[in-house]
Parts: sequence; structure tokens; C-alpha cells
Amino acid sequence: MATSAPAPGFHEVQARGLTKLYGRHRALGGVDLTLRAGSLCALLGPNGAGKSTLLGILSTLVRPTSGKVAFAADGRELEPREVRAAIGVLAHEPMVYAELSAVENLLFFGRLYDVADVTRRSAELLDEVGLDAEARVRPARTYSRGMLQRVSLARALLHQPRLLLLDEPFTGLDRAGAQALARTLAAAKRDGRIVLVVSHDLEAIAELCDHVVVLKRGKIVHDEPRDAPFGPAALKQTYLRFTE
Amino acid sequence: MSFLRHAAQLAWKDLRVEFRTREIVYMMLFFAAVVVLIFSFAFVAPAEEGPAQVARTMTDPASGATVMAPKNREVLPNVAAGILWIAVTFSGTLGLGRAFDRERENDTMRALLLAPIDRGAVFLGKALGITMFMLMVEAAVVPLVALLFDAPIHRHPGELAALLALVTVGFATVGSVFAATLMRSRAREVLLSVMLYPVIIPALIAGSKGTSAIWMDPSELTVAHFWIKFLIVFDAIFVMVALWAFESLVVE
Repeated sequence: MATSAPAPGFHEVQARGLTKLYGRHRALGGVDLTLRAGSLCALLGPNGAGKSTLLGILSTLVRPTSGKVAFAADGRELEPREVRAAIGVLAHEPMVYAELSAVENLLFFGRLYDVADVTRRSAELLDEVGLDAEARVRPARTYSRGMLQRVSLARALLHQPRLLLLDEPFTGLDRAGAQALARTLAAAKRDGRIVLVVSHDLEAIAELCDHVVVLKRGKIVHDEPRDAPFGPAALKQTYLRFTE
Repeated sequence: MSFLRHAAQLAWKDLRVEFRTREIVYMMLFFAAVVVLIFSFAFVAPAEEGPAQVARTMTDPASGATVMAPKNREVLPNVAAGILWIAVTFSGTLGLGRAFDRERENDTMRALLLAPIDRGAVFLGKALGITMFMLMVEAAVVPLVALLFDAPIHRHPGELAALLALVTVGFATVGSVFAATLMRSRAREVLLSVMLYPVIIPALIAGSKGTSAIWMDPSELTVAHFWIKFLIVFDAIFVMVALWAFESLVVE
């Protein structure tokens, strides 16, 4: 299955009635959410609101206790492997091998994703995220937090996913890195991808996000899609209004 | 075919990382060698009564007459085989834990589970990697057992190799499933042994019995062949169960 090109027709993700129980603890309690192509959704909420659990369910790594996520394409529901081929995840942990270099990591994951011309694609992405040539061939264990974040972003983008799930993507990035990430996110929106970002750095995403979802104690307390980006003031105001 | 290709890519990645760090195989090797060495002090008689020349006579404490001593040479193949498998099992458990710790450190297991590959290939790739590490260690430990316990490893090497390979495959199969399941558990090191050993005991008994049957004088090849067949069935069952159950065990 060649996955170097975006999965065609993958235009919407619908989560309906998602609940997740960890023993007696209810991490999510009936979440309904629709994510559309070409939009960047900011998933906001205080610590412990259930953001990571929701991201886990959307990424297929966590099974909901009840409810369902539908990944529709061309009028049919996608198979789990097709879904995974269309998802790119950037999480708290970098998800790269410490003993392999950035290039080796990307080549390894690129082969698992059957990325066409993976060598060229890896080089392009490392240029895009701004990892210099000397660092690319060093083991990842020698990287700073920001460099790991760049490699991790490159890994998430390697197969041109239709759905990007990013958990605190600006963590550890310097100014240049944050700007490069913002450009990447803007390009993803333009390309019609679906982007979901969990971030406490509201300023970094304010000019890009046109959909805000606020999660509190496992429930969505606010879900507002807009035609235009929120901007810093409106995003901050929305966040404060629904979390404090 | 892509299933096997992905599994091979994973195993090759593990070998590549190990080649750079030399961490798992050296640790397993050192541990296995120490185990064999310690047991050699306990079970091997002094040089003049070495394992191959165990005293044939003893003085009867009642009459003072010299009588034939019980021949404990028959016991030695069992002891040597048992120690070989103890060393292999304990060092294998260490290697298993460390190999999965590597996937936990940067949460790379999550990246593997996110990839659009059969999750059974993730299991198979990890199990293949562990199997190769264990076989490397066994290649050094078997001669060490031969050296310290006079084990006749030259006798029927094909059967011995088959036993080693089959037990190792079974151990890596069951161990990879449990190690992956326990990755997010805090007490994983303890729990791995507690969960793994009861399940793997039949394979270890087969390995031990088969090895001692080969090392008997004369060798009991019928017995060894029985245990080899038993291990083939054991491995086939557990590989199939592991491929079927792996996904449901690793997804939260």
C-alpha cells in the first residue's frame, strides 16, 4: 500500500458518544466531535481534562469504553490499517530511537509506511523542520529537546497524513523552530488536511486555529468552528471563559 | 509478504541498535556465564574426581570395606543440561526486559503500533530480535557448559541445535507477548518473570529433558526426538496465539 500521497477523500472525522473509563475514573464522558478537512482545531482544557485520552482514541491506540470514531472516505468507512496510514501523531515523547540518527529513524519509519522515495522525502522534511546536516547523522540521544521535537514532527509528517494529531507541538522549540512549525501547520491547512492541536501556548496557534474545542472533566464544554482564525485575544478569552 | 518484510525490518532495526550499544547481548552473556560458573563450583568435583572421572569406589562406613560407589556420572548430563537451561532462561529474561525497555524509553512502541502494518508483524519482529540475541548468547554458553561440566556437545549437534532453537523461539514468543503487555506496568520486571515462567515451563522441561537425553551415554535419541516434536507443537501453538492476541493485548 503506497502511502506517500495523502489518502484520497479522507475529509472528515466524526467522534460520537466517546467515553473512556480507567477503572472507576471517567476520563471521557460522552464526547461528540467533528473535525473537518482544511481546518486546525485547538483542543484546549486544564490538566486532566481528558485531552490526551481523546487524542489516544482518535489515533486508534486507545479503545473507547463506548462510542465510536468514524473515518469516512469516498462514502465508505476505512479499515484500521487505512486509518493508521492516514494519521500522523506528535506526542509528549518523541517516538524516535535514541541510538539511531534522525535520518535512520525517518528511513526506518518511512519503510514501515511504504513511503515512496523515502530517502528524498526524509531529506526534504529535515530541511523543512530545520535540522542541520551535522545533527542529522548523529544518534538522537545527543539531541536537545527542541531537536528531538523537530525530528518527531518530521516523523509525523513523513507519510503526508490526512489527520495530524499534535500534542504540545511547540514544546522545546526555539523561535525559528516555532516559526517553521507554524508554516508547516499553515501548509497542512492549505492542503486540506485535518489538524488537531493540543496546546497551552495559545499565541502560537491563535493565527491558525479556526475551530476551538474546550474539554473539561472529560466533557466538551465548548465547540466553536469559525470561518476565520480566532486570533490571540479571542482565543485567550474563549479559553479563560470556559476553563476558569 | 509485506507482513514478513515489516517483521524483518523491525528485527533488523533491533540488531542495528544492539550492534551500536552492545548492551543486551553483553549483559545476557555476562549473566549466563556467571550462572554457569557459580553452578560449576557447586556441582563439579575437584580435578582428581572431575566430572568425567567421578570416583567409582568408596569406603563403607560400617564394615570399612571398599565398595562400588553409586555412579553419579549418570546424574551429570541432567545437571549440565539443567544448568544450561537455567542460564539461558534467566539471561533471556534479562534481555527480553531490556529489549522492550528500549521501545518504552521514547515511546517508540506507540510509533510502531501507529504504523499501518499488521500489529502481528510488530510482535514477530520483536520476537525475532530476541531470538537472535538469545541464540548469540547460547553460541557462547553451550561451549562454556561443555568446558566446565564435560558436557559432550559434539554428540548429535543437530538435535542439540534443534532443541536450542525451538526453546528459544518459544521463549521469545511467549516473552515478547508478556513484555509488550507489561510495558506500561510499574512492576514489569517482577511481573514478567511471574507471568512468563509458568507458561514457558513445558518448553524448558522439554529442552532440559531433550538435552540430557542427548548427553547420556549412550544417547537416548528417541527421547530427544520426542521432545523436539513436542517443542515444534508448543511453538506452533504459541506463535499462532501470540499473532492472534497481540493487538488486543497492546491497545489500551
